[in-house]
Order: sequence, then C-alpha cells, then structure tokens
Amino acid sequence: MANRIGVYVCHCGTNIAGKVDCSEVARYAGGLRDVVVSRDYQFMCSDPGQDLIVEDIRSLGLNRVVVASCSPRLHEKTFQKACARAGLNPYMMQHTCIREHCSWVTKDPEEATRKAEHIVAAAVRRVARHQELFSREVGVLPDVMVVGAGIAGIQAALDIAKSGHMVHLIEKGPSIGGHMAQFDKTFPTLDCAACISTPKMVAVSQEPNIHLMTYSEVTEVDGFVGNYKVTVRRKPRYVREDICTGCGTCLEKCPTKVISEFEEGIGMRKAIYRNSPQSVPNTPVIDAEHCLKLTKDKCGACEKFCPTGAIDYTQTESSVTLEVGSIVLATGYDTMDPSPIREYGYGRFDNVYTALQFERLNNAVGPTGGKILLKDGTPPESVAIIHCVGSRDANYHQYCSRVCCMYALKYDHLIKDKVGHSVPIYNFYMDMRCFGKGYEEFYERVQGEGVTFIRGRPAEVLEEDGKLVVVAEDTLLGEIVRVPVDMVILCTAMEPRKDTAEVARVFGVSRSQDGFLLEEHPKLGPVSTATDGVFLAGTCQGPKDIPDAVAHASGGAAQALALAAKGTVSISPTTSYINPDICVGCKVCIDLCAYSAIEFDERRQVSVVNEAMCKGCGSCAGYCPSGAAQIKHFNETQVFNELEGLLMPVKPPAPAPEKIEPQTARRPAAEVVPEEAAPEEAMPESAEPAEAEV
Amino acid sequence: MDTAVAEEETPQAPATEAFEPTIVAFVCNWCTYTAADLAGTSRLVQRPNVRLVRMMCTGMVDPKYVIKALLGGADAVLISGCHPGDCHYINGNYKARRRVKLLNDILDQFGIDRRRLKLTWVGASEGNEFAETVNDLIEEIRELGPIETRDMMVL
Repeated sequence: MANRIGVYVCHCGTNIAGKVDCSEVARYAGGLRDVVVSRDYQFMCSDPGQDLIVEDIRSLGLNRVVVASCSPRLHEKTFQKACARAGLNPYMMQHTCIREHCSWVTKDPEEATRKAEHIVAAAVRRVARHQELFSREVGVLPDVMVVGAGIAGIQAALDIAKSGHMVHLIEKGPSIGGHMAQFDKTFPTLDCAACISTPKMVAVSQEPNIHLMTYSEVTEVDGFVGNYKVTVRRKPRYVREDICTGCGTCLEKCPTKVISEFEEGIGMRKAIYRNSPQSVPNTPVIDAEHCLKLTKDKCGACEKFCPTGAIDYTQTESSVTLEVGSIVLATGYDTMDPSPIREYGYGRFDNVYTALQFERLNNAVGPTGGKILLKDGTPPESVAIIHCVGSRDANYHQYCSRVCCMYALKYDHLIKDKVGHSVPIYNFYMDMRCFGKGYEEFYERVQGEGVTFIRGRPAEVLEEDGKLVVVAEDTLLGEIVRVPVDMVILCTAMEPRKDTAEVARVFGVSRSQDGFLLEEHPKLGPVSTATDGVFLAGTCQGPKDIPDAVAHASGGAAQALALAAKGTVSISPTTSYINPDICVGCKVCIDLCAYSAIEFDERRQVSVVNEAMCKGCGSCAGYCPSGAAQIKHFNETQVFNELEGLLMPVKPPAPAPEKIEPQTARRPAAEVVPEEAAPEEAMPESAEPAEAEV
Repeated sequence: MDTAVAEEETPQAPATEAFEPTIVAFVCNWCTYTAADLAGTSRLVQRPNVRLVRMMCTGMVDPKYVIKALLGGADAVLISGCHPGDCHYINGNYKARRRVKLLNDILDQFGIDRRRLKLTWVGASEGNEFAETVNDLIEEIRELGPIETRDMMVL
C-alpha cells in the first residue's frame, strides 16, 4: 500500500507558536513526499487535538502519522494511543520534538521555523519506513522488593503488605527505622518520634507478608520489569536471630567500647550492640572490626554469658537470590559533615553540634538521657542555631534541604522547654521556609516564645574567653553582630547517601544534578524512574520532611502494586532482530551483548536473538559487519531516512506569501490531498487548523 | 538514496553571513536526549545548527550513520551519551567510544578532519553542559569551515 502520511504540528499554546511559525511548517510539510494531510493545532495533546488524528486516520485512510510537538519523552505514548484508537499500529507514528529542542532554545523566529522544518522533514522521511510492531505481554511476579527500611521504606512495605502481596524489605543497617529513629520530637506537632515510628517498626516485624532482611545489601539486579532477579548479600550478625531473645545480657558483658554511629559520635556503644532498646529486630550484631574474639580470638564474654547460646562466631557472609516483580528504592539520605566548613568550628570547638547530634542529646535513650547539656555536663545558658549549613550554598549544595527551618524551630522550642525560658536563642537564617501544614503556625508560636531571629549567614564562629562567638551581618539592620553563646547548633544539609552512585549503578537509575536519584518527571512522575518497575520513595529522591517522605512512599507502593495487581506488563517490541538470510555467523554480536540475549544456532549457523532478554540497546546492530542485526524501530533504513530528511535543503520562504511552488513541486503528482479534507474542517472551538496547502 | 540530499550543502546559510555549519547529533535517549530536554525547559539558548537524532543508546550508533551524515551534508557529527559507568544498557557507551576511536582513522582516509566527529558524555541532569557542548562545537566547526573534500568524494 502506498504511504499516506498525516503531519500534525502543535502550537503548544505559545510555547511553540511563539517562536515557530506553525502554519508555515505545516504548509511546508504538506509538500513533502507522501504527505496527504498536514495540519497545525493549538494543543495536539488535548482531546480535540487527538481527535484530529483519529478522524484523519479513519476518513483519509492515513497509514503513517507524524506529530511534531513536545519531547517524545513526554507525549509519545499519548499519540501512540491515539493512533491505536483509530486502528493504526502505534509504531506507525513518529513523534518529533519542536519544543524543547527548537522553539524553547532558538532565539530567532525565522531560524526556529527553519529548524522545525528540518525536524519535521526528518520525521516524515523516517515514518515512511516504519514497520508495524507488536508489544509482548509478560507476567509480573507478585512479590515486591523495598530497599531501605527508614520511615519511607517501612511505609511502602506496610502498604504493599496490606494488599496481600509479599514484600522483601532489605535494610543495610542492623535495625530498621532510619534517621527517624534518631529523633526525639517531630515538628510541628511535637509528637514523640518514637511513639509514632516504633509501632510501625513493630508492625513490620509482625507482618506475615513482610520478609525483613537487615544487615543485608543488594549487590546485583538482573532481569526486567515484572521479572527481576535480585541478589542480596547478608552480612554475618554472629548472633542467631532465631534463638536470641534480645535480653541484652551480652551488651552488658562486652568489655569493648567504641564510638557509636547511631549516637552521631557523641555516645559510646559496645562491640556487640543494637541501636537502641527499641530496635527492630531486637537482636544485636557483633561489629567484627572491634570484637576481641573475632579480631584476636580473646574474650568471648558474650558467648559465655548468653543464656540461650545465640552467639555464633562462625557465621559467614551468605547471599540469597530473590525474584520480584518490582522494586521500591527508599535508600534515604546522609546529613552533611560540616567539618569542611572550617569557619563554623565543628570538630574544633567542643560545643558546636550538628543537628543530628542535637537530636541525640534530646533523645530519652541518647547519651545524656534526654538532657540538653554542654560537653562539660552543664546546661547551656545561651544557644545559637545556624541555618542553611551546606544548603543554599554554591560551595556545597545549591538546593534547599527543606527541613532545617522547621527542625530549628523545634530546637528553639525544646531548648526553651527543657533548659528554661530564660535561655536566649539566636537563629541565624537566610529565609524562613515554613511551607507545610501547621508549619507557619508553629513558627509564630516559637516567635511568641521569645526566640531571636537574625537574618544573615554567619561569617564565622570563634572561641573567646571560653565562650563561642558567632559573627554575622544582620542584614535587616545592616550591622555586624557578634553574639556570645555557650552552644552552637549547625543545621546541616541533607545530602545524597555516600553510596548513591553504587545504588544508581546496581538498579540502573540515573542521578539528578544534586546527586539524588532521578525521578522520571519532576512533576508528573515523581516516584517512577526511567527504569520500568523501579520506583523511588522518600529522601533518596531529594530532601523531604517526614509527611512528604511517607506520602511519597505510599505513592511508590501504589505504583508497585498497580504492576503486581495487573499481573502482566507489556514489553516494548523494539528489540534486536538478526536476519538469518544475511547473518554470516561471525558470532561477534554474541560477545557484545551485555544481556546474553544472543545465542548461536549451530544447525543454521546464524546468531539468534532471545527477545525476552533483549533490551534493545543496539550493541549488536551498531557493530554487525554484515548488517544482519538491526534494532526494530531504529533500523538502518529508518535512521538513514531520518538523516536524509534532516539534511534536506529547506528553502527560506519566498518573499511573497503566496509563493509556495518549491514545496508543491516536490510532491508526486498522483498524490493529492483528497477534497474531503476540507469539510473535515468543522472543528470544535474557534481554532482553525490550517489545512495543507497544495 | 535520494540524490537531492547530497548535492546541496548548508543551504540555510545566507550569502552575506559567515559559514554556518550543519551538525547532526546522535544522542542517547536516557542521558543526552534528556539533557537536551532539560536545556529546553531551562530555555538555554543554542544556535539552531544542531539537529538531534534520538537513539536508544550510543552503542547503537553504526559508523555508517556517521559517514552517511557527513557525506549527506553535515559538517560535523556529535555523538553523546551517558557518562562512563552510567550507561542505561550497562556498557553501550564504551562500545561507542571504541567505535569513534576507530572511525577517526577511517575519516582521515576520507580526508575529513577528525575534529568533525565529537564524542561527549552529557548526563541526564546536565542541561547546561548540553547547551555548552552544542554551542562550543558549532563555534569550533564554524572556524574549521565546510568539509573540504566533499565535492571530491565518490560513493
């Protein structure tokens, strides 16, 4: 059948039409080979816009469609579906971008229009060589994996488990709970963090549909959406979880004390330890680096005193393979180490604390039993809180960490409450960002408690006569202030976890400019990633407070569940195909394939692609010396045609508007726009799509 | 092949202005194409000389495509994909790197300056980087001028 191509040029309101003369582009496209109809319309993605395509396919018998609008990453599926509705194979459509790559980045309207014409010409040339392709449906394994068991991971796991699906919850640390387990109170309601998070932690351990694996890490992910095979490495605990009762005798008897990570370096733990008495699971772990038994074969106290005989020094690393349909990443964040910001004195002066350290000072099971004390054991008589330490700072992190203003206000309140209302507190801030529900009200409340707010980023923190002095410019007064205090709290930035690069690599997701994991779309796809079946939850995607992290996690859970509940997923047919008539059996492609998707057929002496495993990367097609290997939808002819279109000369418009022979001259005489196209014009609304000029 | 293609070079260059190169960019869907989208959303102005061809991976860029583009009227070709180690398809970009290395030698034999084939890594979040790469390349090729041997080539 001869090609009958329809071209649709979108105005995108003024996003495209503001720069590109869309009707001119449509007129130009109308003159291209095999183009039967060419229209421009205000919003192609709208209902009436899509209807234009559907109607034309039906009434004009189009068998190929070009839509020139926004990036195909945004709306390719939309238009593919529109074609499918009209009975046209979705792969007979080419979506090409004249917005992100043309109207938005080109200064001159004339040049933008010419560029758009090149882009459209390429799409028309390419679509002429498109072939019908059919997606495959494959089953989705019902289990889901959640990686990271902070509050986001816990929420996602509980949501999924409630639906009846099995969840494998993988946590790197010895206990679940994440950073939230380190906090004492939460803003703005001042609930005790433990009172709201520990019931959830316990629920995880009691939920029969959750398979919790702590002290474990994902090392490898194989497979594709719906069918992931995940390898999890289990570190040895040296304590048998099945026997241990969590009585804590071993913790008392262990003679080795080391600095505790959970206490942010301001408390000690033993070599056999758990984060807190509320830890889930309650089984301690032995830190192999410091345990005398494991390093020097001495001591053995824990084994001697354990009433159930749960200590087992012979445990070794093991690994398990799990098969899941989808993966939710909830790997969380780190807080920035402020030591490189020398001027704030962290690490040099005793009483400069990071925010997380201050959280531990407040926590009832923390090193001070919940008392706010200086290093010498006395309560502070004055406190300075420095906001935006490492955030909103071109030298460290440009982004806003979103939670610091609010936890600083929480600290203001807690200090007033615990140490005394007479204690002066100075907040050095750049802007107060109290954007959430009840946040502004909390700000007002704290202001009412007599806290001082000084607008300006401090220049430095000094030590003078045993006191800390914060030097800053009060930018509202326009004066330099020197504020002597006993304690300084640094509101340190939330930053991507140290191992984010590794996580991104293992799960095949990208990272955004700030280093966090990258979502599919900043607004409309905040939980999915470019890798199908891998979703994000919580702060691994960017700084979030607890309500946002929990909401985000439920979103991730819903997406994973949608996949699991449907039970099937359609797999793109754009895989490799090796033409057996051309293949010479050199086997080069077999070694090139990163997915081991190509096998050699000894009988026919040709390479054969296993489509279930092929991801369509084109390594084989890019190399194949005989041209036998081709990627469907990106084959040689299609790319060659696209190139020809792209490099086709585009004549600048003739001075007189009516002069359009150069285009018409190129059209094969036989193909004329059917006259029915004109009555078709009965368009909804006043928007008059310019008809192809012929 | 359509004969109309190869004949005319840089058709949009007005006679009065300096030489305006035509550049074809093969970009991978996951990193550089996304970066180009981001450059667009951030309204980072670029010269209109670069025309993108979306590929799923730089690993699928057949050397033939590059040669076809250069013979068909492009003054330079840009191949751009994910940073080493970040490839969506594990190692497609490494394959592209080897091919470009070898392709450079072939281009020499065609009498085409190897600066006309550029390989870069531009990650999904690097909209700025994309715009800069494009603008710098245009500048470089503008100085280099049109392909000297185009009319001599018989293929």
